[in-house]
Amino acid sequence: MVDTTANGGIEPERQDKQAGRAPIWLLVLRKAWQLRMGVFGFLLLAILVAMALFSPLIATHDPYAQDILARLELPGFLGGTSDHWLGTDQLGRDLYSRIVYGARVSLMIGVSAVVVSAVIGIVLGLLAGYFGGWIDSLVDFSVNAMLAFPFILLAMTLVIILGASAENVILALGISNWPIFARVTRIETRKLREQEYVLAALAQGLGHLRVIFKHIFANLAAPLLVIATVEIARSIIRETFLSFLGLGIQPPTPSWGVMLAEGRAYVLTVWWLSTLPGAAIFLAALGINLVGDALRDLLDPRLRKG
Amino acid sequence: MAETPILEVTGLKTHFHTPEGVVRAVDGVDFTLMPGRTLGILGESGSGKSVTALSVMRLVADPPGRIVDGRIMFEGRDLLALSPAEMRKIRGGEISMIFQEPMTSLNPVYTLGDQIAEVFQIHEGMNREQAWAGATDMLEQVGIPNPESRVDDYPHQFSGGMRQRAMIAMAIACRSRLLIADEPTTALDVTIQAQILDLLLKLQEDMGMAMMLITHDLGVIAETSDDVVVMYAGEVVERLGIDTLFDDPRHPYTRGLLNSIPRLGEKFTRGKQPLEEIPGTVPNLIDYDPGCPFAARCGQAMARCHTERPPLFKLNPAHYSKCWLSEADAEGRAGVAAAG
Repeated sequence: MVDTTANGGIEPERQDKQAGRAPIWLLVLRKAWQLRMGVFGFLLLAILVAMALFSPLIATHDPYAQDILARLELPGFLGGTSDHWLGTDQLGRDLYSRIVYGARVSLMIGVSAVVVSAVIGIVLGLLAGYFGGWIDSLVDFSVNAMLAFPFILLAMTLVIILGASAENVILALGISNWPIFARVTRIETRKLREQEYVLAALAQGLGHLRVIFKHIFANLAAPLLVIATVEIARSIIRETFLSFLGLGIQPPTPSWGVMLAEGRAYVLTVWWLSTLPGAAIFLAALGINLVGDALRDLLDPRLRKG
Repeated sequence: MAETPILEVTGLKTHFHTPEGVVRAVDGVDFTLMPGRTLGILGESGSGKSVTALSVMRLVADPPGRIVDGRIMFEGRDLLALSPAEMRKIRGGEISMIFQEPMTSLNPVYTLGDQIAEVFQIHEGMNREQAWAGATDMLEQVGIPNPESRVDDYPHQFSGGMRQRAMIAMAIACRSRLLIADEPTTALDVTIQAQILDLLLKLQEDMGMAMMLITHDLGVIAETSDDVVVMYAGEVVERLGIDTLFDDPRHPYTRGLLNSIPRLGEKFTRGKQPLEEIPGTVPNLIDYDPGCPFAARCGQAMARCHTERPPLFKLNPAHYSKCWLSEADAEGRAGVAAAG
């Protein structure tokens, strides 16, 4: 009676229903298990987030404490014998602890910059795509004008004008990057605006703003989440780039970009001083990108049904 | 008629400004709808039925569309003169609308409960719990089984017929006095169609609601309507009662529609006569032709039809026809548009 080989009859609907009822985190975990790269990505991201949230617990030393007598100590894996298992930098500060605290800076700046650009880009994209007319022309023109600039030049110019600090790096990265969100939101909104449920919502007496920010935005949340994830990784790299140039986070704050720049002078001899923060940047960006890929697969309705 | 109409549309013109020119999607439409009655709007694709409905709701996309002329009186209020905020209160509160595609007229990312409750929250100022209870109640009223659990379901978990029921639930939630149904059964299976029509008629009776039913299906009109407006190329070509529609239609277009219904049990040929069809298609609505818009397809067209547009002739107080053939029987002319 029960057909175990095929999902015939009412079976797909029941599965669908169960899927619809399970909490979203459970779904994410279940699917993530099927996507091993995704698991790896989530793992890297979890480490990054843990390092950022619990830096004082995870770090072994004060990242600012200098020890002039213990400068450039060898890390444990190269035969070092001190209690600094990744060695110390040119001022005798514990490299491991600085990398741990650097995660906090990187993640904070990466996420904040994306929040700034997402808020600006999504609001403008929704309004432009929904209303069309002059606001659409204006947003479209601004997006194209901004995208015509080399991104990093724009961000650098902004930081130079505003002055180098963590807040200004966030602002500069956020302001330079909103066109990415505006462009996608605008195009998608134009498509969604023609959906019958938008007309139906208006016919129920809903106002335009409610339709835009509730009904249309909800249908955009999935693709925007994927973009936001990838953009966090890019913002982290951009922050290190600005910091490396001395335009971002200022020493002695432990930023991976600053550490990269400081270790540069010793790269032929004390190579781990710049290589280890570099590896941290790489792994953080890789992890977030893998998570972005996994999210895209999870949230894509075509892949979900298949 | 002493009773005041719930909806009175006079000389409505809705035009779309496109790069190719002005599309006269609705070009002089008049009709009245009495409280509690059903008005069927009949016409083929592109005849302006849906744009007429959207004009009444003031939901024609502007740009490119615009109501350029006419009056829409709803219970004595001129809808075209209302502010956007006043109009929002009318939509969903006093006039509701349901659409052709139940598969796409619900937002896929919110549960039915969310979407129905939202209407209560907006119009009745209910808090979330009251609105949620109201939503469950509405689902029950439209015959959805297990409303308490179904209220948490997403649209994709419903069949087409059930979604249309949910749409109806949403539309009648605030006890609108006028329901505009734009091809409500076109996308559904025939058996489901009958159920939905029965539901609409039952709710109409229970709530004393007037209904404006847009369709191209004469069967649907026959089952539901009291009065009928036949539209062609953005104009009303004939207005008549339901019995007259089947017994004594006057406009050649209406007759053509009636003659092109295949009957059950008959082959597509009636004896040796093939099933009649109306040759040609609806004219494009950009080029304005001084003659009758139907003249090119009309078997009875006279020379005059190609040069002079007929007014809406009044055959009796309940029957109007926009055709020169009706001139001889006419008591007079009616409507603002007819004067032109």
